[in-house]
Amino acid sequence: MATDVLNSHDAHAHEHEHHDATKTKVFGFWIYIMSDCILFATLFATFAVLSHNFAGGPTGKDIFELKGVLVETFCLLFSSITYGFAMLGMKAGKKQAVQFWLAVTFVLGACFVGLELKEFHHLVVEGHGWWQSAFLSSFFTLVSTHGLHVSCGLIWMAIMMIQIQRSGLNETNNMRLMCLSLFWHFLDIVWICVFTFVYLLGVLHG
Amino acid sequence: MLGKLTLSAIPFDNHIVMGAVAFILLGGVAVLAAITYYGKWGYLWKEWLTSVDHKKIGVMYIAVAMVMLLRGFSDAIMMRAQQAVAEGASQGYLPPHHYDQIFTAHGVIMIFFMAMPFMVGLMNIAVPLQIGARDVAFPFMNSVSFWLFVVGVVLVNLSLGVGEFAKTGWLAYPPLSELKYSPGVGVDYYIWSLQIAGVGTLLTGINFFVTIIKMRAPGMGLMKMPVFTWASLCTNMLIIAVFPVLTVTLALLTLDRYMGMHFFTNALGGDMMMYVNLIWIWGHPEVYILILPAFGVFSEVIATFSKKPLFGYTSMVYATMAIAVLSFVVWLHHFFTMGSGGDVNAFFGIMTMIIAIPTGVKIFNWLFTMFRGRVEMTTPVLWTLGFMVTFTIGGMTGVLLAVPGADFVLHNSLFLIAHFHNVIIGGVVFGYLAGFSYWFPKAFGFKLNETWGKRAFWCWLIGFYFAFMPLYYLGFMGMTRRLDHYDNPAFQPYLIVACFGAVIIMFGIIFQLVQLYVSIRDREQNLDLTGDPWDARTLEWSVSSPPPFYNFADVPVAGEIDSFWAMKQRGEYPHVPREYKRIHMPKNTGVGVFIGAFSLVFGFAMIWYIWWLAIVSFLGIAGSMIFRSFQTDVDYYVEVEEIEKIESEWLEKVRSAGKKSMAESTLAENGEPQVAH
Repeated sequence: MATDVLNSHDAHAHEHEHHDATKTKVFGFWIYIMSDCILFATLFATFAVLSHNFAGGPTGKDIFELKGVLVETFCLLFSSITYGFAMLGMKAGKKQAVQFWLAVTFVLGACFVGLELKEFHHLVVEGHGWWQSAFLSSFFTLVSTHGLHVSCGLIWMAIMMIQIQRSGLNETNNMRLMCLSLFWHFLDIVWICVFTFVYLLGVLHG
Repeated sequence: MLGKLTLSAIPFDNHIVMGAVAFILLGGVAVLAAITYYGKWGYLWKEWLTSVDHKKIGVMYIAVAMVMLLRGFSDAIMMRAQQAVAEGASQGYLPPHHYDQIFTAHGVIMIFFMAMPFMVGLMNIAVPLQIGARDVAFPFMNSVSFWLFVVGVVLVNLSLGVGEFAKTGWLAYPPLSELKYSPGVGVDYYIWSLQIAGVGTLLTGINFFVTIIKMRAPGMGLMKMPVFTWASLCTNMLIIAVFPVLTVTLALLTLDRYMGMHFFTNALGGDMMMYVNLIWIWGHPEVYILILPAFGVFSEVIATFSKKPLFGYTSMVYATMAIAVLSFVVWLHHFFTMGSGGDVNAFFGIMTMIIAIPTGVKIFNWLFTMFRGRVEMTTPVLWTLGFMVTFTIGGMTGVLLAVPGADFVLHNSLFLIAHFHNVIIGGVVFGYLAGFSYWFPKAFGFKLNETWGKRAFWCWLIGFYFAFMPLYYLGFMGMTRRLDHYDNPAFQPYLIVACFGAVIIMFGIIFQLVQLYVSIRDREQNLDLTGDPWDARTLEWSVSSPPPFYNFADVPVAGEIDSFWAMKQRGEYPHVPREYKRIHMPKNTGVGVFIGAFSLVFGFAMIWYIWWLAIVSFLGIAGSMIFRSFQTDVDYYVEVEEIEKIESEWLEKVRSAGKKSMAESTLAENGEPQVAH
């Protein structure tokens, strides 16, 4: 997507152009994140509407195991910190540091997804799948939409590492690192909301 | 291996459908044969299909929209014909299951695959030029958006011959749209065509929002943007804010149907009214997504042809913004009968009525723009005048429907159908057709034939009144919508009049096509040599028609609201820069086409439960995107010699077109353009 058309007004334009292009792309990515935010807001609203429609099935209190979810949460929160270290490495121009911290972030993110899948597997085996009640439908949909986002972020991160390995910390890769950073932190914030509204309140009121 | 797909999916026994399919196939084969015969495949692929040029993408959007107008209108006139005859003992010629698909397809096609692409097409052609930009912010993404939209179009048309379309109405309310009550593939066609096209629309929204915010010419503050650009900005904000809601709503319905979830089912805690709320939280802003750009077109047209600046520019901008914001707090007026209580209904009723105020401001602004202007009665102006009368009537019946008490009586009656066709045809369609004839010379370099344009307008206008005024009356008589048959003989005369109106509209559409034919045939007499055929006011007219692919050889400085008009007043047109500089441009790419092709296969595979194919094509989509991210050779520089050649050819034409004195005086001041290497 490195195809911006650039308005250059000055003769020594090249570097300036790329600076503008990066800003435009990061701005565009911000706007995408805002639309994604609305996507999640809609899912949260759906969950709020259906969160007590148990239809004779289990409540949140019956099925949520907060310990596992807490471990998941810390995986994701720490992965945000390690991504921050990768960004510091990028600012310092240290390719190996970026690669190292991206790898750590990847592992933590993968742990998060793995733990989530384990939780889902456990629920399904117990017979509490998404088909059992509207509450469970909305629970599975909201949480797995977040999980899908994290998985996409992981794929992106893997590709990012290949691209950095191939062409180093150039303008394009740095811009993409910034966008992925926004995406990753955004998913962290969404998870905080999931943890609070779905799990904590679910156990409290379920 | 092929999921639910068997030969019995093709409705051989339905002669109307098979006729339509044969027509489409023959037409398609004829087009493909013609392209092959004239050896145009390479040209088509290199210059159009893989193009990332916003002007070409805009033209392709509008071309597809016009084809879909024909398809949507065929559905319309079939319904009108059915209702004109299907009284009492006569059952008409359409069986219920076919009729239900027709009204669903009509609504879906007209909104998603005619109005939306027409609007996006106009935006593509005009907005970057109006703000003095060389392309949109993300040209490749623009191409992807277009191809995703095309996937939606292809899927809807595919449903005609392979399987069936939804029988649920254009918003597919559950529980009817749930698997239990709609077990066929119709709703799945509906879901996947809208879902895929909707992602394209969301990408367009982000693209144009960033373009307008970040890529305006120096000097063009927000309050100096042309009004069409302002309207587009508001529309794109709405797209970004509400299309994710549509995505989620359709996804939840998909999960209900494909995975046995219970979001909107009758059983196990599902809540079908949540679907209705969600779909209208998207749906009502969608109405304004369509109408705001039309308002923008009228503002441009009326100022240009009155030879006056738009009256009340600031109030126009604020009115547009106000409508955009208010559009979020009125969705419940689509289902006052849900029973949410008097207080809630009163709130939404009052908010709905309040929208009439900024809309009224706009109407007065247009009227005062014409007042004491030298109004030229061109085709775009006729569309604008027709709009002002028709839309005002539609707006007033809307205010009437906003009264919850009245709505309880008129809900789901033909009064509602008359109302929204009144605002959508009278507002959206008239607006886009005005924009079509207004910007056509900019896109193609010659003007449209005025005589046939005016004939088309009068047929549309008169046809509209014949087709829809009777429906208001039928609504009061208690006739509900979506009837394939009725027993009340008192309805029939009005329905015959309505059918007559549809026939007049058909002539409007035919004349529009004749206009295109005649205009292309006689293009040598209507050439727009200068790039400014209307003596217009905004920057898109300051470059040649059609504009060079880089739009502006020298990015203009836009210090006024009507920057181009001001330039002309100062004698700075045509603009000849002191020296040309090389221009950075994106390269064309076929990746958008491939993403579209894989998405089409993916949608089709999901509709027919062909899981292996869905996985393969999904990997194809992801692979194409990853492939693109590894491409580095995506842009290039246009060299000065080429720019100089293109620009001097245009300047030569401007001189020959009688703007001699102006061009010479500019040249005398600046000297011949110098070339810097």
